[in-house]
Amino acid sequence: MPNIKTLAQREEAQVRFTGGHSLCAGCAEPMVVRTVLNAIPDPVVVANATGCLEVATSRYPGTAWNVPWIHVAFENAAAVIAGVEAAYKALVRAGKLDRRIRFVAFAGDGGTYDIGLQALSGALERGHDFLYVCINNEAYMNTGVQRSSATPRCASATTAPVGKAIPGKPQDRKDITEIVVAHYVPYVAQAAVSNLIDLANKVERAVNYEGPKFLNVLTTCPLGWRTPRDSAIQQAKLAVETRYWPLYEVAEGRYKITYKPKKEVPVEEWLKTQGRFRHLFRSPDGEALIAEFQAAVDRYWDELLRKEQCLSGGEEKTG
Amino acid sequence: MAASLKSWKELPIGGVVPGGATPELNKTGSWRAERPIWDQEKCIQCLQCWLHCPDDSIRINGQKVTGVDYDYCKGCGVCATVCPVDAIGMVPEREGTCAK
Repeated sequence: MPNIKTLAQREEAQVRFTGGHSLCAGCAEPMVVRTVLNAIPDPVVVANATGCLEVATSRYPGTAWNVPWIHVAFENAAAVIAGVEAAYKALVRAGKLDRRIRFVAFAGDGGTYDIGLQALSGALERGHDFLYVCINNEAYMNTGVQRSSATPRCASATTAPVGKAIPGKPQDRKDITEIVVAHYVPYVAQAAVSNLIDLANKVERAVNYEGPKFLNVLTTCPLGWRTPRDSAIQQAKLAVETRYWPLYEVAEGRYKITYKPKKEVPVEEWLKTQGRFRHLFRSPDGEALIAEFQAAVDRYWDELLRKEQCLSGGEEKTG
Repeated sequence: MAASLKSWKELPIGGVVPGGATPELNKTGSWRAERPIWDQEKCIQCLQCWLHCPDDSIRINGQKVTGVDYDYCKGCGVCATVCPVDAIGMVPEREGTCAK
């Protein structure tokens, strides 16, 4: 398991993602990228979907990436990395290459949940050997905070604005992690930017499996969530502690919750720190909406506990 | 005229970047409104600031923090909030305290 010293040692040996990019001050995306890249000891090839990460790190003629990196379009990061991986396998078969190379795709929630879903599903089904990292900041932050299917209910977005007609986004977010689980791939996990060592461990476990691997990482956005620029880690920590964002993994169909909060923290604690939920604490309907939000979080967590109980693989060991 | 034109094989390949050029081009330290000050005495070398820095601006050597790279630090203050022993403080950026 990589610890913080191992990660530091690897970055000192080779800086794979440099500073000087133009992501916002306090953006959580580079923390995820650096941790993922430092957690993989082998050479890495990266494909990037369109999004904040892509535009801000590759302003011509510069690039913040010190690894081979490719961007094609918004919708096809998974298809691109699948093609690169297929070309690599062809070269290995032809005896022209014998190095072990790892393939990683980075995409935002827009490029994963919405626009890139078909390409992702196709690559998962074809069984390419790659790791897909969804950097999930819960809206289209790059173009100015439009709602995506990862945006939580009641969050204010520019295409789901708070007003008399709707209290922010009226719909619930979709559960992409479970959609990927339904592809029966070897490794699927949820992580958060507040628990980077947990993320590094998950990356290490993931790359040991042959086949498609998927990570859904909650990545806070000071601009879109309307939070102070130094609060990225606290925001993600609260999301984990309130059970809004459970940290769990599904390895070969076996569920394991990797962190269970000891105290029950109401989700209100997380909501009230963000500008995108501010209206919930100002309107008379707010209390009912927060109660609904809490009920959805509880239902989701209970469901996950039951899944872990039934599908942990524990019965196999005892039986 | 036509004879002096390059053939398609001689044209430079478009959109290919040699790699890692951003640090030389963008000194994002100029974005900073607040400056992190690292206190070597208080530091317990837990590397949390290094791990969480979005701009790769915590300098390390032999897995030990050696300072802040003010050329790229955007002054977000994440390092100060994750530090468990308050070894990093944020002070307003003023004229004369700029890097170098």
